[in-house]
Amino acid sequence: MSRNITRQKGEMVTFMLNGAQVQADPNWSLLEAAKFYGLYIPTLCYDEGLTPYGVCRLCVMEVGSGDRTKLVASCMHPVIEGLEVRTHSNRVIKTRKMILELLIARCPGSKKLQDMASMLELKEVRFKPLNDDCILCGLCVRMCEEQMMAKAIGYAGRGTDRYITTPFDMTSEECRKCGACMYICPACELRCQGPEAKTTLCSGCLNTEAVCAAKYDDAMCFMVPCLSCVKRPEDVK
Amino acid sequence: MKLKSIEELEDLRSGIIAKKDPNKTCIAVCGGPGCLARQCLEVRDAFVNEISAKGLADRVDIRTTGCHGFCESGPIALIFPQGIFYQKLGVKDAAEIVEETIMNDRIVDRLLYIDTGTGRRVKKEEDVPFYKKQMRLILRNNSRIDPHNLEDYLAIGGYSALAKVLDGMKPSQVIDEVKKSGLRGRGGGGFPTGRKWESTRDAIGDIKYVICNADEGDPGAFMDRSILEGNPHSVLEGMIIGAYAIGSNEGYVYVRNEYPLALKNVTIAIKQAREAGLLGENILGSEFSFDVKVNRGGGAFVCGESTALMASLEGKPGEPRAKYIHTSEKGLWDRPSNLNNVETWANVPLIINKSPEWYSAIGTGSSKGTKVFSLVGKINNTGLVEVPMGISLREIIYDIGGGIPGGKAFKAVQTGGPSGGCIPESLIDMPVDYEQLTKVGSMMGSGGMIVMDEDTCMVDLARYFTNFLQEESCGKCAPCREGLLRMGEILTDITEGRGRMEDLSLIEDLSGVLKDASLCGLGTTAANPVISTMRYFRDEYVAHIRDHKCPAGVCRELIIYGIDEESCTGCGRCLKNCPSGAIEGEKKQPHVLDTAKCIKCGICYDVCKFDAVRKG
Amino acid sequence: MTIDESRLDSIIDEYNAEQGSLISILQDVQAEYKYLPKVALEYVAKQLDIPRVQVFGVATFFKAFSLKPKGRQQIHVCMGTACHVRGSKKVLEEFERKLGIEAGGTTKDGEYTLETVNCVGACALGPVVVNNEEYHGQMTPIKVESLLKKA
Repeated sequence: MSRNITRQKGEMVTFMLNGAQVQADPNWSLLEAAKFYGLYIPTLCYDEGLTPYGVCRLCVMEVGSGDRTKLVASCMHPVIEGLEVRTHSNRVIKTRKMILELLIARCPGSKKLQDMASMLELKEVRFKPLNDDCILCGLCVRMCEEQMMAKAIGYAGRGTDRYITTPFDMTSEECRKCGACMYICPACELRCQGPEAKTTLCSGCLNTEAVCAAKYDDAMCFMVPCLSCVKRPEDVK
Repeated sequence: MKLKSIEELEDLRSGIIAKKDPNKTCIAVCGGPGCLARQCLEVRDAFVNEISAKGLADRVDIRTTGCHGFCESGPIALIFPQGIFYQKLGVKDAAEIVEETIMNDRIVDRLLYIDTGTGRRVKKEEDVPFYKKQMRLILRNNSRIDPHNLEDYLAIGGYSALAKVLDGMKPSQVIDEVKKSGLRGRGGGGFPTGRKWESTRDAIGDIKYVICNADEGDPGAFMDRSILEGNPHSVLEGMIIGAYAIGSNEGYVYVRNEYPLALKNVTIAIKQAREAGLLGENILGSEFSFDVKVNRGGGAFVCGESTALMASLEGKPGEPRAKYIHTSEKGLWDRPSNLNNVETWANVPLIINKSPEWYSAIGTGSSKGTKVFSLVGKINNTGLVEVPMGISLREIIYDIGGGIPGGKAFKAVQTGGPSGGCIPESLIDMPVDYEQLTKVGSMMGSGGMIVMDEDTCMVDLARYFTNFLQEESCGKCAPCREGLLRMGEILTDITEGRGRMEDLSLIEDLSGVLKDASLCGLGTTAANPVISTMRYFRDEYVAHIRDHKCPAGVCRELIIYGIDEESCTGCGRCLKNCPSGAIEGEKKQPHVLDTAKCIKCGICYDVCKFDAVRKG
Repeated sequence: MTIDESRLDSIIDEYNAEQGSLISILQDVQAEYKYLPKVALEYVAKQLDIPRVQVFGVATFFKAFSLKPKGRQQIHVCMGTACHVRGSKKVLEEFERKLGIEAGGTTKDGEYTLETVNCVGACALGPVVVNNEEYHGQMTPIKVESLLKKA
């Protein structure tokens, strides 16, 4: 394994990316390397400033050769000397489309997901829509913990009952109401642009709830216009 | 007393053996989970009272042991030194056994097991067909020791493997022996144990951990529980040897909280081992130190996954993480960690004692040694069986298990728990080993073996496992969480008569994504029960979808109950028990069932003594 | 509600206030109160120096924990595979009908909590129902009423 080999500073790892021999920094993930070489890889739970979490699985890539290949979450997988990597094989594309189909069925009102669907040429959703707001990518949780040092939100429950919340589902003193969680949320990216904004899909934003905003009447959001302005009590009714 | 050298251990051992009279009568009462549930402790107390009433307390030992395996016949007692096997005991039987067998050396015939093949009563345990074809290397000692008594374990050669290891074997030699034995993990995927140890040994880090997974989460499997309850020192000995080989000084046993007796027995064993100098600083006076802590699980199947278990040991929810960097390099607290399950650890002392060559002579080309299975479901002889790898399913189900009860037809056997698959009747002669099970779409898993007859609906079973996994998934990664939710929806639709033929291909697509893209082993294997039932029982799926019929008569929405006028004697049992008042009729006149009021609970069907209630 | 902090302290001390022992500590707290009171969880979080949200996450992740008080009588219906193929679902449904609650619920009078378990390891006796640690094997829907009467 490459990481056990001690390298000289600045020494690069060489591997095969879609058939081309490329070099990468040994500390990069496959996703970082692919992005460096200009490839579009869909992601929902990844952000450059946060620890990768590897849960949306949209960034999967096929690694290995011959009939011994497997899919890996590229945001978590290190670059390895000599590894053969395919970012857009049929297996990868099929998998990404299916995952996106599952996520859209959960949150059909998300513009980000709809845009991604058109990018991946996903045309049909075969599951009953759930009209949920959260795809459980966990960006907000990591944002809160790693960048805001607050640890004010986290996961509760498990399996299909998993959700993101505050301790004991109550307003907490850990939360400084900075709004960073809303800022980074991919599922409701355009929610706070207001119901008339041209960019929204269907005014679905009025029906959705931010993870923590719903819990705090005095939420301060630095997006313009602020979520709490858009979502006046009468709008929610 | 703390043993300070190997010589002191051997002196102690010979002292214990010399003290023991091999001809002393001993009543070994099985205290395994099945017997406990049948009030075996009351039987044991009856023995104790009877023995003391007869003034025999000095002449007779009474031992409450771990599981003997043959749960179907519980409560069980073995009478040593003769080895008489008494079964299905009640409190009242104790007096007769003491009077007849203990005092007068006569057999109580009516308490012996009747061989269903020959119709003869069987006197000794080893002649009972259930035990005959087994090879009980791990389980055998359960009936021979009191799990709370370290002396019992020492008397049967306990900790001699540890002594052998500490008496001049290098860690690398220990690893070589385990590698040569061909031992593979008994908990799931079957990774070679020696190689796992080696990579943890080679990993960089001062502090390394050795972990015993006793969080047996497979529904229908209880072999790890029985080993830990019945012979906890054998597991500890394996762990200590493993720790020595790996270079670890700290270990954990992660026990399922639903197993209070296993928790108690392993805790006692650890305390005893520590007091005896078999755990702790400078074990048996050597340079090697190692200690073990016990942690309790919180009830989560996903914690069978190594990284989830480690997260839970760190006080976090049991969520797995990607294993692109192996736990042997970065496991618990990001330090090199080696995890094996109970049964794997229990195999280690055997290998060291008896030699890897002896061990690898048992089994098939790539699967060595024995495997313990819990043989349950629609089978005559329910219980724990230990068989050499490579034995055929037919031998397990018919020769050991005694076939299917009630003259019903065998339909399939499910192995590997919720991650495994169903194996149909046509494959019953296949040998049981890691590769063969995987080849037919199932897996070894931890060793659950659930037998199903013609009355089991395979679509319902697939839905059962999917619902189980949906509840037990941690919910972290999208394919597993969302995929299982949708898989469950589709299977519910099919079992309730709303299925469409295109659902079958959608299931296949979902299965592909689960297998390919899920984060951990729970997700990647989650589709196995569905895929294997679709592979071998596709016609049942089609019958549900196209004909709106459940051939096994299980799926409630697809069956209609009715009363056959000719067979009904008007006894009134169904009428009396019907919770929804759907049955009417005069005494001794045929009854009528009103399908509009019927809630299809099936109680009438179960209570009718004349087979007059029909499912259609 | 008020809690006895000294009792909690002794539980925590038993595990040397180790963060890794959180689950074991919560098991003991639950054994003490029959559920996990919020104040007790907050106290444990503080003493172990674990973020409250993590303690809440653990308490809601594992099936063994309950944040709601449970009934005096706890009825566990085993839903392991062996029990399933022998008809445990029908037994569960009969309990649900007789008690008027769904699995996971507690009767209004606080007498019964009905729960499912994934395997109690007594597969030979399936379907199994465990009522206050007493095992009842070979259960059928008709035996439900007499079990409840006895309980």
